[in-house]
Amino acid sequence: MQFRESQAIYLQIADYVCEKILLKEWKVEERIPSVRELAVQLEVNPNTVMRTYEFLQQQEIIHNQRGIGYFVSPTALKNSLTYRKNDFVEKDLPQVFRTMYLLGMDPDELKPRFEKYKKQHFA
Amino acid sequence: MIQIQNLHFGYRRKKIFTGLNLKLEAGHIYGLLGKNGTGKSTLLKNIAGLLFPQEGTVSVLGYTPGKRQPAFLQDIFMVPEEFFLPDMPIEHLVRYHAPFYPKFNDDQFNRYITEFDIPRSNTLQKMSYGQKKKVLISLGLACNTSVLLMDEPTNGLDIMSKSQFRKVIAGSFDENKCIVISTHQVKDLESLIDRVTIIDEGRILFDQTVDAITRKLSFHISFDSDEIKQALFREPSLRGNAVVTRNTHGDESKLDLELLYKAIVLNGNAIESVFNA
Repeated sequence: MQFRESQAIYLQIADYVCEKILLKEWKVEERIPSVRELAVQLEVNPNTVMRTYEFLQQQEIIHNQRGIGYFVSPTALKNSLTYRKNDFVEKDLPQVFRTMYLLGMDPDELKPRFEKYKKQHFA
Repeated sequence: MIQIQNLHFGYRRKKIFTGLNLKLEAGHIYGLLGKNGTGKSTLLKNIAGLLFPQEGTVSVLGYTPGKRQPAFLQDIFMVPEEFFLPDMPIEHLVRYHAPFYPKFNDDQFNRYITEFDIPRSNTLQKMSYGQKKKVLISLGLACNTSVLLMDEPTNGLDIMSKSQFRKVIAGSFDENKCIVISTHQVKDLESLIDRVTIIDEGRILFDQTVDAITRKLSFHISFDSDEIKQALFREPSLRGNAVVTRNTHGDESKLDLELLYKAIVLNGNAIESVFNA
């Protein structure tokens, strides 16, 4: 995983986990990788993944079953959607708007492109 | 875990440390940074008991390293920057070293050299510097010592190996271990270390956890001329200025080690005031 974005690594890992849940690659009540497994996979300090998992527990996206591991919470879909949506609207959208304003683009122009994108990638 | 108090040390003509204090704890991977010749390797050697303090004390795991007691030596491992490995099969190297380390784990050693793409049946004689280094790193990690010191471990490793190195460290680290990595290759280790210790002119210039750093400082690209003017450190980049500012909005940005290091070396007082406030 390349950490290009300007966000702290533990938050980028939170995004990664939310994405897995939203794309239903990790399903509700399923066990997710352990702190160590994810740290090895992403080549980061296990303490950083620990921080991500603590953060996601606060958001009620994952929960810990003592001695067994971390699981996707029943409320995960709803909560990760809310979390990611807020994040997108607050942080990413202003940059998109800025570029659109700069190029004199109208939101209507985006609609057909968005439909096409969905068809290409998620149909 | 490691306590250094008032350390004085110098070589024949050159003073290196004049009263250095440092405390290192278990459960962290420390990144030890500093200019060439500031004493990073000398500090590691004082911790390992390879050099002796001229004044002051070094205490590691409750032992005095310089006494080189077996109970101390079996719980510390150092991967030096320059090393010598005898011309022998890997198998013999393991056979002659492992017995000195009670927590050595042969399965782990196998896993690490496999991750590094080195067949266990190989002989050190026919290996390049980088390959030998990977064997030594694997051996050091498999010894499961409480303290692991590594001096420029990614020097001489190729692109794939650097990634393998991060995986291997992430997989072997736990809350009972203290890993200290001295390096100039900050990009190699940015996502791995969780505490930054910078040494300059014989003293500790900066010592903070990555969490504390990203809570107090913000690393980002700025287009705002006022912000750029007031930044603690700025550097022109292709688009806008890369800046280090106080983190006033609460969002944590990704630590840029190179930028942080430059900021501390060139504007240390301002950075210090952020952390002492």
